[in-house]
Amino acid sequence: METRPVNSQQRFARISAIALAAAVSFGAAQAAPIKIGVAEALSGGAAQYGISIRNGFQMAADEINAAGGVNGNKIELVVEDEQGKKDEAINAFKKLIFQDKTLMLFGPTLSNSAAAADPIAQAAKVVVFGTSNTADGITTIGDHVFRNSVTEADVLPVTIKVASRIANIKKVAVMYGNDDVFTKSGYDAFKKALDDQKMPVTTTETFAKGDVDFKAQLTKIKATNPDAIVLSALIAEGAPIMVQARQLGLNVPFIGGNGMNSVKVFDLAKGASDGLWVGSPWSIENRTPANNSFIIAYTKKYSTPPDQFAAQAYDAMHIATEAMKKIKLSGDLAKDREALQAALPNVKWDGATGPFAFRRVTDKAGKPAGYDANQQAIVSTTRGKNYEIEK
Amino acid sequence: MLEQQLFNALSLGCVYALFALGFTLVFGVLGVVNLSQGAVFMVGAYAALTAVTRLGFPLWAAIAFAFAFAGVVGMLIDRLVLKPLRARNAPHLIPMIATIGLAIAINSLAQGLFGAENQRFPTEVLPQDSMQIAGVSVTVLELGIILVSFVLMTVLMLTLKKTQLGRALRAIAESPKAARLLGINVDGLFLLTSFVAAGLGGISGVLIGLYSNALFPLMGQPMLHKGIAVIILGGMGDIRGAMLAGLFLGFAEVLSVAYIGSDMRDAVAFGLLFLVLLVRPKGLFGSVQERKV
Repeated sequence: METRPVNSQQRFARISAIALAAAVSFGAAQAAPIKIGVAEALSGGAAQYGISIRNGFQMAADEINAAGGVNGNKIELVVEDEQGKKDEAINAFKKLIFQDKTLMLFGPTLSNSAAAADPIAQAAKVVVFGTSNTADGITTIGDHVFRNSVTEADVLPVTIKVASRIANIKKVAVMYGNDDVFTKSGYDAFKKALDDQKMPVTTTETFAKGDVDFKAQLTKIKATNPDAIVLSALIAEGAPIMVQARQLGLNVPFIGGNGMNSVKVFDLAKGASDGLWVGSPWSIENRTPANNSFIIAYTKKYSTPPDQFAAQAYDAMHIATEAMKKIKLSGDLAKDREALQAALPNVKWDGATGPFAFRRVTDKAGKPAGYDANQQAIVSTTRGKNYEIEK
Repeated sequence: MLEQQLFNALSLGCVYALFALGFTLVFGVLGVVNLSQGAVFMVGAYAALTAVTRLGFPLWAAIAFAFAFAGVVGMLIDRLVLKPLRARNAPHLIPMIATIGLAIAINSLAQGLFGAENQRFPTEVLPQDSMQIAGVSVTVLELGIILVSFVLMTVLMLTLKKTQLGRALRAIAESPKAARLLGINVDGLFLLTSFVAAGLGGISGVLIGLYSNALFPLMGQPMLHKGIAVIILGGMGDIRGAMLAGLFLGFAEVLSVAYIGSDMRDAVAFGLLFLVLLVRPKGLFGSVQERKV
């Protein structure tokens, strides 16, 4: 395509475009772009989350830039694909910190990768901001580790409480993917919440990533006669589990973790998607003005409705921008990075996911460490083709 | 509950057998462990999905399309990758490694074309309802998978045993060089075998994709791992062995979930598999020295 002949008119247009660009960049020499690193899984098994997240960042950055940027400076995203793998996340972080010299980092997509890569950012004294890491302990890595993803440990007790009150659930069966950090950590949080609420568990069953048949486990669960099934799964396994449960005549509600909170369930478990309870910081049905305009703009831009991961990324970019607006960039990278770290904890924001603030966490030794999200969960249940908010 | 679990085991076993049939056929005739079979499986599933959603094919035609499409991919793999390696007398490991690379390339291509997220066949294509037969919940699709896998096994076995074509294939399996001297069109039959084996992989991709309701570019990988276990247990290259070993794995998995616990499932199923191989290192029906179809 690049070698096709160019007619004179096109050539003229190109030359004037280059000249114009040169003039603009010359005129705005003071306003250097602020480089923000984004390391997300854009390929591999976690790509369906990573791509949503990248879209959320991109849309927020475009909006911020269109509205004049950060005190006149445009935001420039430097995007790396960390493939959902630990070693790739570490490589991406190193590249963004030391080579691209970004002011701060967003990512990585999976908690697994965050546990491996966030220490790099902490050691380099660069803010790392996760938007999708919900596993326990990520922010205990250090004071440069932030996230606005609400942890499963915060959400699941609320989900169970609301679901059991409304659907009159007295005993549950539990099912989870035991070969994945995310679903296993979701299970741990569920187990703790069930213990705390003294909810009897009839049986606990597991499955592995890539399984296509869950009927053995579901047949066993059916024999124990639970009032609901607590499910910590990603949608790839979770949707077929719901379909196969209904095929076996197991028509009890499902209480899902974070991985089940996706509009994809209406497509992938079509005809069997009713009666799924999920808790989340974000819901497509929560039509606050900020969320509404986010949903409309996102759907228009990417021709697909946003999910929770896009919403959290979108908000995270705005949260970071608020902090960047408060600091005066000196051009000394190390100093600017530290100034951002100092300003970020005080940001309060009301975006697509509702009112948000940071909450300081302590590490295992009781020392103050990084920052988690302080945000109220919304519990909703699936009916027809929608999530309906129950709380 | 036991009847239901036995039926679950039968249908899961047939899912594994279905995948393993094409896989073991390639090994039997070509003598290659074709690790791109998982990717071909996925190609079949997406070919049928495209035929149904974009071209408006009915399901039976989509399955035929998937067979042909995956088959052609299999032929291309043979022509472009395996044949040049054969011509240079590459040692056994080389085509295996080459097919790993192919699988990665095909998976990435599918991810680029269709996206990483899960897709599914529209519900109108196939009813999801289950019926009750003697207290056991059964779906049309499960019956279909069981039927198709037994029919395919029978057809393949009869073809290999009773027909001129089958005799030629068995001759190739013994020694491609001797078969060529006897006037058998070895390259043509390699191509045909690649077509049929990949086509079967494609069909199993459609059926298993319909069954699990989840199509994604990496859907072939877990199936490939189980498939390798199944064809080793069955005896490399043995059709009847692949079928029986598929059923064995299905029953071992389901019954260990039912009576021992699901977190022990793979440990029990693969532990049993290991024990069988200790007693019969050539697999249930295999013979390691002479390759067998």
